[in-house]
Amino acid sequence: MTQDFLLSLAQAIAKGLLTGMVYGLMALGLSVIFGVMRVVNFAHGEMMVVGMYIAWAAFEYGGVNPLYSLPVVALLFFAIGYVLQRGLIQPFINRPEHQQFLLLLAIATIVVNLCLVFAGPDSRSIQLESQFDSYELGPLVFDAVRVHAAAAAVVIASLLFLFFTRTRIGKAIRAAADNHMGALVVGLDVRKLYAITFGVGAACVGAAGALMITIIPVTPFLAAEYTLLAFVIVIVGGLGSMTGALLGGLLIGVSEAVAGLLLEPSLKSMFSFGLLIVVLLLRPQGLLGRKDSR
Amino acid sequence: MSRRAIVTLAVLAVLLLAAPKLLGGYALSVLILVLYFAYVGQAWNIMMGFAGQLSLGHALYAGLGGYIAAGLYTHYGIGPWAGVFAAVAAAVAAGSIVGYLGFRFSLAGVYFALLTIAFAEFTRIGFDNWPWAGGSGGMFLKVERNVSDLANLRGGSEMFYYLILAMAAGILVLCRWLLESRLGRYWLAIREDAEAAQAVGVPVFRCKMAAVTISAALTALAGVWNAFYYNNLFPETAFAMGRSIEITLSPIIGGLGTLFGPIVGAVVLTGLGEIFTSASDQFHLPGLKQIFYGLALMLIVMYRPAGIWPWLARHLGFEERPK
Repeated sequence: MTQDFLLSLAQAIAKGLLTGMVYGLMALGLSVIFGVMRVVNFAHGEMMVVGMYIAWAAFEYGGVNPLYSLPVVALLFFAIGYVLQRGLIQPFINRPEHQQFLLLLAIATIVVNLCLVFAGPDSRSIQLESQFDSYELGPLVFDAVRVHAAAAAVVIASLLFLFFTRTRIGKAIRAAADNHMGALVVGLDVRKLYAITFGVGAACVGAAGALMITIIPVTPFLAAEYTLLAFVIVIVGGLGSMTGALLGGLLIGVSEAVAGLLLEPSLKSMFSFGLLIVVLLLRPQGLLGRKDSR
Repeated sequence: MSRRAIVTLAVLAVLLLAAPKLLGGYALSVLILVLYFAYVGQAWNIMMGFAGQLSLGHALYAGLGGYIAAGLYTHYGIGPWAGVFAAVAAAVAAGSIVGYLGFRFSLAGVYFALLTIAFAEFTRIGFDNWPWAGGSGGMFLKVERNVSDLANLRGGSEMFYYLILAMAAGILVLCRWLLESRLGRYWLAIREDAEAAQAVGVPVFRCKMAAVTISAALTALAGVWNAFYYNNLFPETAFAMGRSIEITLSPIIGGLGTLFGPIVGAVVLTGLGEIFTSASDQFHLPGLKQIFYGLALMLIVMYRPAGIWPWLARHLGFEERPK
């Protein structure tokens, strides 16, 4: 009895960790955008859902596995993010928070309803050939699709770390985030860096969407839920911290899976929000956030 | 206010009082919606527009108020005029908790907003699983045809119209008085610069708590009205983030921190909503209305970031001219 329970608990944790990696990648996009330009992307879940739909359409009409369409989706999202930032968001960078919130809310409303117009309200899913494959590790069984999605998320997150630590542009972006005035003084084109950052953040969430569609069916109504989920993850991990976003993703993934095992499924997100409230009160900068980033 | 503004206001008041006699059922229902959003917008504006605290979880107070008054009525036969006290008390308690935790731990801006969202979502899931409140299946009030029972708020839309009109007028007067009071001045000081306010001796924490509790109490009244007007409540809608966002739109669009902003915002947004509904009905595309709505929001925030009312007031000559 107890052994069965421990096994199913370990199984739930393993599943949660794998899903959590994809959550982490999604939240990474939000965190990067906030960390650099202090704008909260209220349209984050909506972008995620668009990524899911594009990967779904590539599979449905072209038979392309989302793992292969992912680079294209990411590039496309980079371009969209870049243009969106240049055209709409840049003028709002120094405006009060509630105006930024309203602008992104308007973008979110438009995006999610465009999905509704083009894809309809029905849920769309993908049946991959590897759908029922699994890897076994001792007594634990891992779904192949989840393992692939998590592995891809790890690869993308590592590439992102390399981008921010090794490339000139990545370093320049971090400099602009650290000291806006200083970056201007040494002659960095901060507007362009902001646009690149938004593009990178969008590419993260688009890629996460392409991975997520292999795990979960998509409907337009998921968007708001994902926006909230991304908020919870980055606050728990630390807004603006990249490792924090990944850690937060894993934590929320595991807590959802374990809560789904122990409690009623409908109560599982209560657990995440409870965790959010506790973290906000005890450590508002998040688990790995810096004190001054508040 | 200029003389022209006072005359306009008087004419508007007469028209509003006579509206049920002048308008058909549909137009009256739209007007009711306008007044409702004007009312909740004012209530939210106290917190954000006056005291500068961004709440994106006001559905929490409206939902709690509605659920408690409706629950007391359906389960124990306690009428809404008595139930409203419990409703307000619950909302004040919830507001105090959110405010105390948020302000004690000095969460500001986005972080405070996310805390308010988290509490609303937390409560939504709680109500989803609470049998007394009907769970996710919702709570329903008994609908009786052709009665006009003001004591139990059972009646037609004319009764609810006059009720929400009185509430909207009342909150306008209250907000004006609040804004002129010492507390109101403190709020403005906190909104502009909380640290400086603290330095000159404004009791910042207490003033913020006053803002959140007053705002929560007034929002709960709207929740009670809403529950008895629509006769049903679901956690998915009553505590939804969408509901909270709806509440914030009229004052932001109309003019944050102004007295007439929430009213103008409610007129503009409800009007646009109705126009887009009838326009997109012809295409039979779900979502089209919301796309128009989103575009309108975007244009307004891009070109009238301070809201429509300040600009309108200037152009219609409603402002007191400097002598």
